[in-house]
Amino acid sequence: MLKATNALEINNLCKVYRDGTQALNSISFQVASGDFCALLGPNGAGKSTTIGIISSLLKKTSGHVSVFGYDIETDNNLAKQQIGLVPQEFNCNIFNTCTQIITDQAGYYGVAKKIAKERSRYFLDKVGLYKQRNQIARNLSGGMKRRLLIARALAHQPKLLILDEPTAGVDVKLRHFMWHFLQELNQQGTTIILTTHYLEEAEALCRNIVIINDGNVIENTDKATLLAKLHQKTYIFECQNSLKQLPVIPSLTIQAIDTHNLQVQIPHHYSFSQVIKSFSELDIEILNVRLKTNPLEELFLNLTNPNKEHPNGSVDSI
Amino acid sequence: MVQWIAFKTIVRREFFRFIRLWVQTILPSMITISLYFIIFGNLIGSQINHIQGYTYMEYITPGLIMLAVINNSYANVSGSFFSLRFQGCIDELLIAPVKNWVIMAGFVLAGIIRGMTVGLAVSAIASFYTTLHIQSYTLFISILFLTATMCSLAGLLNALYARRFDDIAFVPTFVLTPLIYLGGVFYPLKLLSPFWQKLSLMNPILYIVNAFRYSMLGLTDVTILIALIIVAVTAVGLWICNLRLLNDRERITIV
Repeated sequence: MLKATNALEINNLCKVYRDGTQALNSISFQVASGDFCALLGPNGAGKSTTIGIISSLLKKTSGHVSVFGYDIETDNNLAKQQIGLVPQEFNCNIFNTCTQIITDQAGYYGVAKKIAKERSRYFLDKVGLYKQRNQIARNLSGGMKRRLLIARALAHQPKLLILDEPTAGVDVKLRHFMWHFLQELNQQGTTIILTTHYLEEAEALCRNIVIINDGNVIENTDKATLLAKLHQKTYIFECQNSLKQLPVIPSLTIQAIDTHNLQVQIPHHYSFSQVIKSFSELDIEILNVRLKTNPLEELFLNLTNPNKEHPNGSVDSI
Repeated sequence: MVQWIAFKTIVRREFFRFIRLWVQTILPSMITISLYFIIFGNLIGSQINHIQGYTYMEYITPGLIMLAVINNSYANVSGSFFSLRFQGCIDELLIAPVKNWVIMAGFVLAGIIRGMTVGLAVSAIASFYTTLHIQSYTLFISILFLTATMCSLAGLLNALYARRFDDIAFVPTFVLTPLIYLGGVFYPLKLLSPFWQKLSLMNPILYIVNAFRYSMLGLTDVTILIALIIVAVTAVGLWICNLRLLNDRERITIV
């Protein structure tokens, strides 16, 4: 029986490591049941610490964490039953076969051996590792190891699946396979929390986004609301002819990248056709237009590093 | 039910691990013991007079069996648990709803099984070289079990404290082996000078070896009840200590 609607509730969570590092400064956020939520932040922001505390790998310094209403301290075992964790690093016993790894994991959650074996067959098939079921983990490719981690996390059929950078370093084909697989899981009712550095991944998959920076939650909202906060988008305009001087168009911030490419910041409310028209009036023919970064990435950079120039810096004059 | 299935899973996994690695886990003790019997028992032992009515080979047999039990139960838990910490696989257990005492009991039982399996295998080899006497089967099994339990718990303590594989090798090489060799495996206590006799009485292995020798030959240099109490109290102390360390998640996960 579920005690609450929220899959995850974090209130005033603090973590100070033994060496004095303050990893989390009283963070609070909720993830609704059935949600697909992205947990974003730069390296060292506190994402992995948060995941470590939720999954009981780390002890919190103060605050409250509950999973489907079960407090991770007072109802620890019930809270743990709800969670499946896909870690950042491959941490299966490399000398065990895929089947052994999954049946053992299910066993730790109290799943009887016969059912655990059935589940291992099912989930290995789902992640495309059925043929490799009797291979030891050491002999699997990098992509296969990633898929094995997901199958292992699902062995006890958790209601909340937490994935810590699951697609880091995997090829495009596998990434798309994982996206599809995770969306399917989410549609079947599994709540998913995803940390990733690929912001297009978060944009494509997640409904809600939590951004952590320096141990603080700096954004916690749905994707649409978050993207609406982006006041302007940055485009790269490729021009037909070499530019002799930097064009000036009111309301637009234009910077030259080289003699044929311009970086143009267009306010959110500004009509794109008006931009093209303005360039035409200046006798500048545009060959191609592309977004400099995806919108979420731009917003992420603004939020996490507001005072600094973004990468791919441009030149001011031709 | 969850805890029982988890416990069985841990024991089964650890059991098949040491069975699969039998060339590394079981065979070396059997070869080592055979060499002890050939060199100390047959070649040198034949030149030594009887000790309290038994041949030298018969006298050293209980100590040699115990040497195998101590080393194997210790190594099974220290090696396996630290290896899991080192690879990060221990997270599988720590995120699961398994109670700490169940994790500990699982690893310790697996250590006991390996210690006693090797102990019995070594006893079988000993029977080829000498006559095996057993005066008290109850004491024989009790002291085997208690020693394997104590050493498994000591191995777990080592694995919990270790930061490198060197730390796992350090205790068996520089602590356990000297204590075993100076623990009355090869000689009766009365052969030592009074000073060394008193010093030896501080060595817990001396009590284990003597209690085991008593169960087989009826010979001992110490009081059996005191020996049993020392082993049991040490095991309880190690259990409490390990349980506290297992609660310290950062110690376990950060290698």
